[in-house]
Amino acid sequence: MGTSIATPIVEELRERIQRLEGAVTRRRTVLSFGVKEIDRRLPEGGLALGALHEVAGGGNGAVDGAASALFAAGIAARTRGQVLWCVTRKDLFAPALAQAGLLPDRVIYVEASDEKSVLACFEEGLRHGGLGAVVAEVARLSMTASRRLQLAAEGSGSIGIAIRRWRRQTEAADFGQPTASVTRWRVSVLPSTPLPVSGVGRARWHVELIRCRAGESADFELESCDAKGRLALPSELVDGSGEKESRRRRAAG
Amino acid sequence: MVLAADAAALRAGLRVGMAATKAQALVSNLIVMDAEPEADAQALDRLAIWALQRYAPIVAADPPEGLVIDTTGASHLHGGEKAMVAGMVERLAASGIVARAALADSWGGAHAIARYLARPSIVIAPGETATTILELPIAALRLPGEMVESLHVLGFERIGELAAKPRAPLTLRFGPELGRRLDQALGRIAEPINPVRSPDLIEVRRGFAEPIGAPETIARYTAKLVVQLCEALEAKGLGARRLDLLFHRVDNRIEAIRIGTALPVRDVKRLTRLLCDKIETVAPGFGIEIITLAATLAEPLAPKQTISSLTEEPEADVSDLLDTLANRVGEKQLYRIAPVASDVPERSVQRIAPLAPAAGAGWPDHWPRPARLLANPEPIETVALLPDNPPVTFTWRGVRRRVKRADGPERVFGEWWKRDAELIAVRDYFQVEDDAGERFWIFRAGDGEDAATGSQRWFMHGIFG
Repeated sequence: MGTSIATPIVEELRERIQRLEGAVTRRRTVLSFGVKEIDRRLPEGGLALGALHEVAGGGNGAVDGAASALFAAGIAARTRGQVLWCVTRKDLFAPALAQAGLLPDRVIYVEASDEKSVLACFEEGLRHGGLGAVVAEVARLSMTASRRLQLAAEGSGSIGIAIRRWRRQTEAADFGQPTASVTRWRVSVLPSTPLPVSGVGRARWHVELIRCRAGESADFELESCDAKGRLALPSELVDGSGEKESRRRRAAG
Repeated sequence: MVLAADAAALRAGLRVGMAATKAQALVSNLIVMDAEPEADAQALDRLAIWALQRYAPIVAADPPEGLVIDTTGASHLHGGEKAMVAGMVERLAASGIVARAALADSWGGAHAIARYLARPSIVIAPGETATTILELPIAALRLPGEMVESLHVLGFERIGELAAKPRAPLTLRFGPELGRRLDQALGRIAEPINPVRSPDLIEVRRGFAEPIGAPETIARYTAKLVVQLCEALEAKGLGARRLDLLFHRVDNRIEAIRIGTALPVRDVKRLTRLLCDKIETVAPGFGIEIITLAATLAEPLAPKQTISSLTEEPEADVSDLLDTLANRVGEKQLYRIAPVASDVPERSVQRIAPLAPAAGAGWPDHWPRPARLLANPEPIETVALLPDNPPVTFTWRGVRRRVKRADGPERVFGEWWKRDAELIAVRDYFQVEDDAGERFWIFRAGDGEDAATGSQRWFMHGIFG
């Protein structure tokens, strides 16, 4: 795959498509994950700023949205400036966000009464431009709504993360519907890193990149956010993957 | 004559309307003060201005002892109608004024219900005012005393009896006043409120030769008024904290928009935006004759030095966004979370204002915390070895899970300085992981040995990501 991206024809085609999309005037900046395996799969080597991204939980995570919230918090923690977090349910526990690197002083919560006003607040936050990231917990996200959000994000350069969270497991099929978001992720929990003694190690996630504009989908097994919001590759995979790059990094670190 | 008596005097047997000499004979060492109707009226006006600054754009004194407030479009700033009315009574009580408040569809209705039903505050659902006041005595109708007397002689006790009778004979006997008051109380005819204005209020107004009604036109003139108001504010070195936009309609009603800001603001664009967001809530009716814009609450706004150093990057200002959101979803719905020094998880967080200074502190980082905390811990069925071990299996919401890995216990002691019941209460928290890798935060109420420390039952409290 790496070679096919490098071919000049593909590059040229990609540029032409971008010009058609109208995004060529502004060079898009990205927020890299700092994990080579993920960044390699994303266009420009990271999560696009000024764009809408979607995160959902897998399995029971579609209802509780715990892992997806931490994944979003990790991304928001690595941006600059304040973060707006729009919710309808008040079960988010701020100490956990702090442990994922998103300090309490940076987060402003908006508690809206219904889905419609969450989307309105989400759009308002994205349009403002002074915020580092805007996160919203929504169940339904129509094509029209997501396009509005995407345009608002493009105009201001803030990163928008929609945490898709449903009331019931059966409603999660909604995640298959098309939206205008640039990437779409699904985060499911995996058994934690084994420890030599009894206890629970660092949490692990199965992170699927389901959709990625101008990129291919992929899936990763990752260790959850550390206190700075950084994800990591499990150490035994780094050893076993046989990639020189990562082995060298590990030896150096 | 006794014109007013406080609670202690009423207990001693004094009644309003009693002769002063008789009162003095009943109670020795009675403190008698001369009535000062003018001072009372002035105090009532001061109270009206206070309510104007704090609660709603249309407030008027309703002598001798009442205030009338049109709360349309202002209650969302105070957390809803019920909270606003209750808060109003509490706040007045804190400053030594015993007040009763009612919120109803019409001035007449609210007047009657506040005096005869409110204990001490009541909110009548929209459309139910008319049925509520039918049960009240006719004295609630704001009629002259002798008219009430003669209605009593005729055998009328309740408003309902009066409303059921044909109107013509009553009007013939008592004049048009009776019918008018009845209609006002039932909300059948409009009763304009002439809003109180303090002399130092910064206000701009604009009259129209031809009434206007289209939202675009209203928005255009609003923008022009904001420019004028900002000039007036600048001359005094003030910034607006609360703005009232009043629309005087041709049918003598007043529609109002009220917006609030977190910090004093004098930015034309920002204030126009906040006001224009709300124009859709205004019903222009047959047209609007006059628009007035007043800065009900203004605070000094001094010029501020911007960052001049070469390396510092300016911190993005989000206060305008917060104002927009606060005016849309309500001020209370917008918050930051700050740590509280408490080991009990649900007490370790508190809401603070979004623009409060940064606390800089966080929570202790010894133990992982769940991303989602259940508002109420849910009981679970467990199989566990007492006293120290985590459960082997547990059943939550009908799903049985086998515990693969677990961490704990993290012991949380009750906060005895808060409640006596927590003197020896204990919770033991465990982080458990099931076969599929889902991680939960569960606790046992009690230390597993001593029954006094808790019920020894297990609860689910949170979900880790």
